[in-house]
Amino acid sequence: MTKRSGTLSYSRRDALRLMALGGAAGLVAPNLLGKPAFGQTPPSKPTGRIIVGLSQEPTVFNPLMTKIEVDDGVHFSLFDALFRVDPQGVIQPNLATEVPSLKNGGISEDGLRWRIRLRDNVRWHDGAPFTAEDVKFTLELITNPKFRSWRTAGHSLVRDITVVSPQEITWRMEQAFAPYLSFLTETFIVPKHILEKEADPNTAAFNQAPVGTGAFKWGKRLAGDHLELVANPDYFGEGPYVNQLVFKYIPDVTVLYTQFKSGDIDLVGQTYITPDNYQEARKLRDRVVTLVPRPTVEGIYFNLERPQFKELAVRQAVYAAIDRKAILEGLYYGVPSPTETFMPRQSFYHNPNLPVQEFSVKQAREILDKAGWVPGRDGIRAKNGVRLSFTNSTTSGDHLREQVQQFLKQSLAEIGIEMTISNLPAAVIWGDFWGKSQFDTVIVGITYLIGADPDVTNRFHSRAIAAKGGRGSNNAQYVNPEMDALLEQGTRTFDPDERRSIYHKVQELIRRDLPFLPLYQSTAVHGRKSAIQGVVPNPNTRTESWKAASWYRGS
Amino acid sequence: MRAFLLSRLSQSLVLLVIVSIIGFVILNLTPGGPLAQHGLAPGMTQADIDRIQEQLGLNRPLWIQYLDWAWRLLQGDWGRSFRDGTSVTTVIGRHLFATLLLMGTSTAIAIAIGTWIGIRGATHRYSLFDYLATIGAMVALSIPTFWFGLVGIYIFSLRLGWVPAGNMYTIGDGSVLNFLHHLILPSIVLSLVHVAVWSRYMRTATLDVISQDFVKTARAKGLSERRVLMKHVVGNALLPMITLAGMQLPSILTGALVTETVFTWPGMGRLFLDSLGYSDYPVVMGLLMFSAVLVVLGNLIADIVVAVVDPRIRLA
Repeated sequence: MTKRSGTLSYSRRDALRLMALGGAAGLVAPNLLGKPAFGQTPPSKPTGRIIVGLSQEPTVFNPLMTKIEVDDGVHFSLFDALFRVDPQGVIQPNLATEVPSLKNGGISEDGLRWRIRLRDNVRWHDGAPFTAEDVKFTLELITNPKFRSWRTAGHSLVRDITVVSPQEITWRMEQAFAPYLSFLTETFIVPKHILEKEADPNTAAFNQAPVGTGAFKWGKRLAGDHLELVANPDYFGEGPYVNQLVFKYIPDVTVLYTQFKSGDIDLVGQTYITPDNYQEARKLRDRVVTLVPRPTVEGIYFNLERPQFKELAVRQAVYAAIDRKAILEGLYYGVPSPTETFMPRQSFYHNPNLPVQEFSVKQAREILDKAGWVPGRDGIRAKNGVRLSFTNSTTSGDHLREQVQQFLKQSLAEIGIEMTISNLPAAVIWGDFWGKSQFDTVIVGITYLIGADPDVTNRFHSRAIAAKGGRGSNNAQYVNPEMDALLEQGTRTFDPDERRSIYHKVQELIRRDLPFLPLYQSTAVHGRKSAIQGVVPNPNTRTESWKAASWYRGS
Repeated sequence: MRAFLLSRLSQSLVLLVIVSIIGFVILNLTPGGPLAQHGLAPGMTQADIDRIQEQLGLNRPLWIQYLDWAWRLLQGDWGRSFRDGTSVTTVIGRHLFATLLLMGTSTAIAIAIGTWIGIRGATHRYSLFDYLATIGAMVALSIPTFWFGLVGIYIFSLRLGWVPAGNMYTIGDGSVLNFLHHLILPSIVLSLVHVAVWSRYMRTATLDVISQDFVKTARAKGLSERRVLMKHVVGNALLPMITLAGMQLPSILTGALVTETVFTWPGMGRLFLDSLGYSDYPVVMGLLMFSAVLVVLGNLIADIVVAVVDPRIRLA
């Protein structure tokens, strides 16, 4: 985890493809290095304003509370975490002065005792000094049973938090949990001196007028429209270089793109430019449009408890029947890249040696014939009274996915499998239907990693099946004792190289057992005005605004 | 009058209770629920989701949740948004002003123009003007407003550049002029449908009055045509329009669902759509009750006003 992955940039083939598309890679590469294009330098004091357009409205400003993706950009700008994960997946100190490891003694050999040293030059936006007490308060608030914190994984293992000095804090972990470092990169520290006075932290005034340590301070908000943050001139880190950072809510992706074209917004944030507009957007004047890999992997999830899918042969046959190339190039305009694993290609832990899916209807039929699935009178295969018929669901209104479904339906009919489509609105499908595994199959995009940590216990451990009373999100209901053992070993191991071989094995098992069929790794189409400089995408965070402190307006 | 008011008020209360029960039940029976949006959040486990469900009180029996909600509402507590924890009244208050300005302007335009078209259509029946007005109204009524909005944006913003493509004002420019500039296109687009409705009603109402005996008497008295029209025809024709105005009152405050989205206008209509999308039950219920009360009030006010201005009607 503390190793440079070195693979963030595109593979050679991808780079060539992108060059062929018009040199987009040439625009991506300098950004990834974090150097401003055209040799410009940021202004000496904060100047101007940058408007980020978002297709969902940020409404949660207490960074520890139940939130959605789009709130993240605001939190990264207002607050700081102890650490921050950089675009290469390396964890860097932020409020802490160093990243604890076994080597520097910050984490004990058994992984149970942690010691964090903090900066002594950080102040809250109201002028009060930031100390270890704030860190202790934050970690305790997260596990306070009355508080609506959005997730408690990792934090619930922390015991005996001790403030050694204003700049040093220690705690003990109930069990060794290597991914905790990555959880801490997304755990923003909140001020004790303000929140301790509140009777109910869920309804505190702070939640609507937050005070952080970040590069930007709370400005004002017009609900349903936009949020204005202003520069924090006393910020301890780099920047900020703009006076005002505005998050503008534009509730429709088409209108979002229109306002990018018309110049009303400077930068397209979530949910970015849709792939169908990519070709046009690239040709816009005075705009920089780039393809940025995201950690989300799109795939077809099986519910392995359904009798149709218990047999590996069926999953293999379905995979072989998918013409992935046609889907990606025909429907997604070649924007995303194919993958064989849940691990983003940019990750240090990505296993590049997995077998590559080959589209072959003939092979798909052979697999099913061999496994004893024979076509019935209606042409649909069956075995021991189980018909190879199932429904496929996804978020209704997602036109691209709906086209993928139509395509799959036809492909599968050719090999004697009947697929019916039954889509549900987002507010319905991702509730119990997904969480408690009430589906047959689902097309879904999942971000498997927390920060850059490779742990996937939550997704593939047999104790993580919510439908069977488990605590996690193993929605495929995948059970494999070998996998359980590997995942447990992985969370206890701190050495990156050792972990790499563990998670390579994890990926091999998933590729072999196919609890889900990987379709592609997502790529976001980012867009900004050419004048906006210092923008560095980070596939290890959920937001384009993970470091707005380094943005500035060039000429 | 008092007896009338009392009976109307008690009827209204029963109606509001029924509306609230139906709304609450339908909302809660929809599968998915407010935590579905977190179903894909990385690192968030089913255990986290179950915990938050309990913290929000969503795992209690439905009837207890309803009674709890209704009891608090009676005490003036509308609840708190699931999304950001602010009180529902605050959330509504933040969006009310934007809607009031947009809908108020468009309704005012609609009433002024609609009344004029209606009267002129009636007094010049079967003229070219009347035919054009009729066709225009049919077109305006049959084409969805958001389509007009998109066409308007395409022509007047993107092509001609006369007006902004949306938003309430330019960020960083809070001047009244800038705001009015942004108000032009959405208020005209929204008023189109209202003009259509209003002019048709006004035309019919005017035609009803114009053939009455007292109008003939007025003409026979030798009053000028203008005076006949203004004093005897329009005054009487406007009476049924009061009821129509009463029915439009709620829409002035509850906003336009789609048009507000097309023009990125931060009003009540969009708040309703967003809250529905996030299954933010307290806000959705708050908006539902708010508009139900307005519908009841609008009708009540219209009835009273009609009775007051028209001495022939006695409320009993």
